[in-house]
Amino acid sequence: MTAGAPAEEDAEALIAARGIDVAFGRSKVLARVDLTVRRGEIVTLIGPNGSGKTTLVRVVLGLLKPQAGEIRRRPGLSIGYVPQRLSIDPALPLTVRRFLCLPRPQPDAALRQALEEVGAGYLFEQPIQGLSGGELQRMLLARALLRDPDLLVLDEPLQGVDFNGQLALFELIGAVRQRRDCGVLMVSHDLHLVMAGTDRVVCLNHHVCCTGAPEAVSRHPEYLALFGPRAAEGLAVYTHAHDHQHDISGAVVEEQEHGQSARPKERA
Amino acid sequence: MLDDFLLRAFLGGVGVALVAGPLGCFIVWRRMAYFGASLAHSALLGVALGFLLGIDLTLGIAATAILLALLLLLLERQRALPSDTLLGILAHAGLALGLVVLGFFETLRLDLMGYLFGDILAVSRSDLLWIYGGGTLALGVLAAIWRGLLTATLHEELARAEGLPVFRLRLAFMLTIAIVIAIAMKIVGILLIISMLIIPAATARCFARTPEQMAALAAASGVLAVGLGLWSSLATDSPAGPSIVVASTALFAVSQLTAWAMASRTG
Repeated sequence: MTAGAPAEEDAEALIAARGIDVAFGRSKVLARVDLTVRRGEIVTLIGPNGSGKTTLVRVVLGLLKPQAGEIRRRPGLSIGYVPQRLSIDPALPLTVRRFLCLPRPQPDAALRQALEEVGAGYLFEQPIQGLSGGELQRMLLARALLRDPDLLVLDEPLQGVDFNGQLALFELIGAVRQRRDCGVLMVSHDLHLVMAGTDRVVCLNHHVCCTGAPEAVSRHPEYLALFGPRAAEGLAVYTHAHDHQHDISGAVVEEQEHGQSARPKERA
Repeated sequence: MLDDFLLRAFLGGVGVALVAGPLGCFIVWRRMAYFGASLAHSALLGVALGFLLGIDLTLGIAATAILLALLLLLLERQRALPSDTLLGILAHAGLALGLVVLGFFETLRLDLMGYLFGDILAVSRSDLLWIYGGGTLALGVLAAIWRGLLTATLHEELARAEGLPVFRLRLAFMLTIAIVIAIAMKIVGILLIISMLIIPAATARCFARTPEQMAALAAASGVLAVGLGLWSSLATDSPAGPSIVVASTALFAVSQLTAWAMASRTG
């Protein structure tokens, strides 16, 4: 079922889940699912709505105990989790700086550095309630980075972010992976964008339909059955170059290797 | 000096306001106003049990509130009924049962109004001891769980994924509410307790930029309301507990107007 090496022989694996079964009541959500994420690798979970992507992420995070199967985490593994959405009650006054200090206080220098790393240094003293979708995602990513994670887990990080923001955010995730050599597990239903910059795609529909490099998965019959033949063509979308790009506040900024980095990445 | 009933009343009110402010912020942030009000209403059952068992009433109320909070946690595990329905059942069952039980004490002339609306001018030295002892305990617990509870309030799954003991934090928070209800009953009575918790917090919101600022401002506004309420009660001979709540509401109205004025000036 898996295209990768068997989990028990994989010394590089940060997490290795094997034969995971989860059922809610009588409906089976995950059946015999295998998933491995290695250091320095971006693995993307794709699948239609309700296919069990988020459930699998919750198993990986240890929030949900599977009925069968085992999940092994590398000893001492630190996970940085970026949840799908954060809705903060307007009655709760909170600045980005204070949010980053939860649940543990951190020195200002570390906070600023984490925000700079995600290109959101200007948010430092801003109230959270006024942030855009992209800014919120960057703040959550900065918070995850403060934990110095071996594995980043992002649940639909591109949701609620406008199109150019999605590109920028996606490139940022790739850059963070490059810089920190951490593993990345990402959930997405946005096939086009995500597949282009991913090392390995796991196509999930309660079971693992297929897994492998994006190009290979996009030609797999089960993938085509799930998403239709047009999904495969989508991969080509990201090879075009913009003549300008937007920063996250929406202003046009100078071209900086944008066209290049938007292409499907080759693994170093 | 503590012989002066007015001074005792002021000290008692201040003690409750200092802990009710920060705790009330969490009740507002977690949208638990109805939970707090329900626990408070069922405190009358605690009064009745206190009489029945011959134990201290504050202790009876605290024990009842804690038991009801635990019962609620247990009932919430079944998902057939929404939790506000369960709360409504528990709260009014507690209130009604308390009234029924108290009705059996024919020999005892109970000052029911005192329990329902507070009797701050009758605060005794031992009441003060309860208020400051319980208040210190409640503030200590709240300070210990502050950051964890705040994280869990923002995103429960995130907090759990990062290894925070979310269930225990919630439990500790509920117990703190139970303690504060027990010590606040003497001041404003079980029907008005929730106002001591949420009105100062709501007043503080528009002036605070961080959670801690809001907690401190809420405590300050609660203390101010106690002072103003007692003063107006003396001046106009109005009932003291309700006067404190009225003063608190007036402060809230002023805060809203100020916030509105500030917003329109900055455009």
